[in-house]
Amino acid sequence: MQNTSGEVSGVPGPGGGPGPDRGPDRGVGPGRGGASGPSDAGVRSGPGGGVSGTTGEVPGTSGASAGATASAALAVIGAGPAGLAAAVTAADHGLDVVLLDASAAPGGQYYRSPAPGLGAARPEALHHGWAAFAGLTARLDRHRATGRVRHLAEHQVWAVERTGDDWALHSLTGAGGQGRATVRARRLLLATGSHERQLPFPGWTLPGVVGAAGAQAMLKSGLVLPGRRVVVAGSGPLLQAVAASLTLAGADVPALVEASGYAAYARAPHVLAANPGKLAEGARHGLALARSGVRVLSHRAVTAVHGTRRVEGVTVSRVDRDWRPVPGSDRRIDCDALAVGHGLVPQIELATTLGCATRRCADGTHALLLDRRLRTTVPGIWAAGEPGGIGGVQLAFAEGELAALSVIDDGGGTAPGVDRRRVTALRLARRRMRAFAEVMGAAHRPGRGWSGWTADDTEVCRCEEVTAGQVRTALDDLGAGDARTVKLLTRAGMGWCQGRMCGFAVGELARCHGAGEEAAGPGRRPLACPVPLSALAEAAPGDRT
Amino acid sequence: MTAERSPVKRSRARTPAELVGAVPEPEFEFTFDGRTIPALPGQSIAAALWAASVLAWRTTRVNGRPRGAFCGIGSCFDCLATVNGRPNQRACLLPAGPGDTVTTQEGDGHAEHLG
Ligand SMILES: Cc1cc2nc3c(=O)[nH]c(=O)nc-3n(C[C@H](O)[C@H](O)[C@H](O)COP(=O)(O)OP(=O)(O)OC[C@H]3O[C@@H](n4cnc5c(N)ncnc54)[C@H](O)[C@@H]3O)c2cc1C
Ligand code: FES
Repeated sequence: MQNTSGEVSGVPGPGGGPGPDRGPDRGVGPGRGGASGPSDAGVRSGPGGGVSGTTGEVPGTSGASAGATASAALAVIGAGPAGLAAAVTAADHGLDVVLLDASAAPGGQYYRSPAPGLGAARPEALHHGWAAFAGLTARLDRHRATGRVRHLAEHQVWAVERTGDDWALHSLTGAGGQGRATVRARRLLLATGSHERQLPFPGWTLPGVVGAAGAQAMLKSGLVLPGRRVVVAGSGPLLQAVAASLTLAGADVPALVEASGYAAYARAPHVLAANPGKLAEGARHGLALARSGVRVLSHRAVTAVHGTRRVEGVTVSRVDRDWRPVPGSDRRIDCDALAVGHGLVPQIELATTLGCATRRCADGTHALLLDRRLRTTVPGIWAAGEPGGIGGVQLAFAEGELAALSVIDDGGGTAPGVDRRRVTALRLARRRMRAFAEVMGAAHRPGRGWSGWTADDTEVCRCEEVTAGQVRTALDDLGAGDARTVKLLTRAGMGWCQGRMCGFAVGELARCHGAGEEAAGPGRRPLACPVPLSALAEAAPGDRT
Repeated sequence: MTAERSPVKRSRARTPAELVGAVPEPEFEFTFDGRTIPALPGQSIAAALWAASVLAWRTTRVNGRPRGAFCGIGSCFDCLATVNGRPNQRACLLPAGPGDTVTTQEGDGHAEHLG
């Protein structure tokens, strides 16, 4: 079983070719639109790519492989630090791995690199720990060359279903998502990372207000800045990295505005002592910010954005321990962009749809409940990295490797056997880093007082343009007792992003108005990304390949 | 790990391209609402628009407010644009192509699509 080359079955698009809803064919080279190009496993593979056994994969062109598909031993979703470590470790131990990722290149959010056409001689200038990543991608390339790992880039998995002993993974392919592919695997490892958490405040929908992680992502991949003078605000350690990158890349960052403080870390000295790397990282960022003249303002928040067509400045207010704005403390900082974020949220929708249980983390987010072997509560599904809780890149590396070894132990492995000492070391490292993540999460967890920043006309849900006033009315006057009912009454969270941007805020507003703890439960989305109806029809039971 | 450069020690660059020592392939052009925008190979439409100081390319359905890229990673759908007549394309993910026609997407984008 291990050495059969798993296959990707091509599922036809409507009518097997460009249909009326697909728009004009963009007619540019391979890799630009998944509908017309061959699988990216072939197209995008680096040296030694063009893996044997993948030549028949032409997602979105024909359904030829119906009935002829074999299962990979393991499907890894996400090629960030966790997924990469998992895929190469599993392949080292003889498993056939299919690695699916929505992006064109491996690396995930942290090791997001400039597109090859940008000709970056030193992509590592925007990253720490580049050598670890380079080592993993070199191993990945070797496994791709032998066909042991098939890396399906630009494959966004939108649904996973159990089919007999297998998992069937349905994805949209290509940069525009026009193509379709279904992959089968015996075991599933979720390494889907996270997205940024946002809290609403007056003016946060104005052009020039961007996610802090989003600004970082656009900088790393596209070498662009949202403005020349950028205030960085919100909460969490990622803000330091963002402010440092922006200044390195030439932006002027007048202030880093942190709603919490950094003192909370000191309350867990043993955890700090066990994680000297984290302390060094914090010190390094602090030094870099001081050198670049970035003022770090803690216990303050951006409570309003000014400008008509785009950002012209922000109001910064002092906040108390609960993040309640202190009256009379406002002051204005002129800027042409605001990069804002309040931590990260594990991306777990595929798992929760499949029934995997969750836990509440110290930062208030929901993460997958995992045992020490990184198994979810659903047999056959493992997870590594941020879906198990926000914890940073080193933890993602360790968990990816550990999860793969656990899959091998589960009976998937051939030679060489698992090194027990390595497992023990990884488990210890994981426990230490998870402890640090909890301290960090607690330190930056949003205080309840943030809703004091919102005016009645502040939009909470960006997609459906639902205001804080409408949410409060639903809770106070219309009798909504929980976030779900708020959603139904106001449409908050029912637009394109499916509540990814507003889910936390709506849940917390509901709790402030007396709704139960359950109100802020993990968002359940039947689909992991918006999917054309045609794709749903193709994947309907009875029409499977 | 010794080979890695610490960004912190690098002296401050004036542009992101300088920071990473970029020597891009030749730039090309696409149009945004009739205006010519230069783009570098591999840049997303959103990145090219940011580089041209364009921050908004969509107006919202209910209030007609301007929006552009927000999350930068394909999660928020604020960056939707009409590209070559095809509405609802995430500009932060879609690489710009030579000669592409990008237009401000109004509302849910279906007016343009049908028209
Ligand atoms: C926008 C952003 C920027 C960040 N920047 C930094 C930074 O500068 N410094 C820092 O220390 N930390 C940063 N982080 C945190 C960083 O993500 C983690 O420390 C680390 O990358 C976690 O690794 P991971 O493998 O768990 O997840 P990720 O690196 O997030 O990798 C997850 C991968 O899964 C893919 N994926 C997700 N869902 C699907 C799906 N349904 N189908 C197919 N593929 C899917 C994604 O495309 C991604 O490649 C950032 C986070 C975000 C969200
Ligand atoms: S900026 Fe969020 S989806 Fe493109």
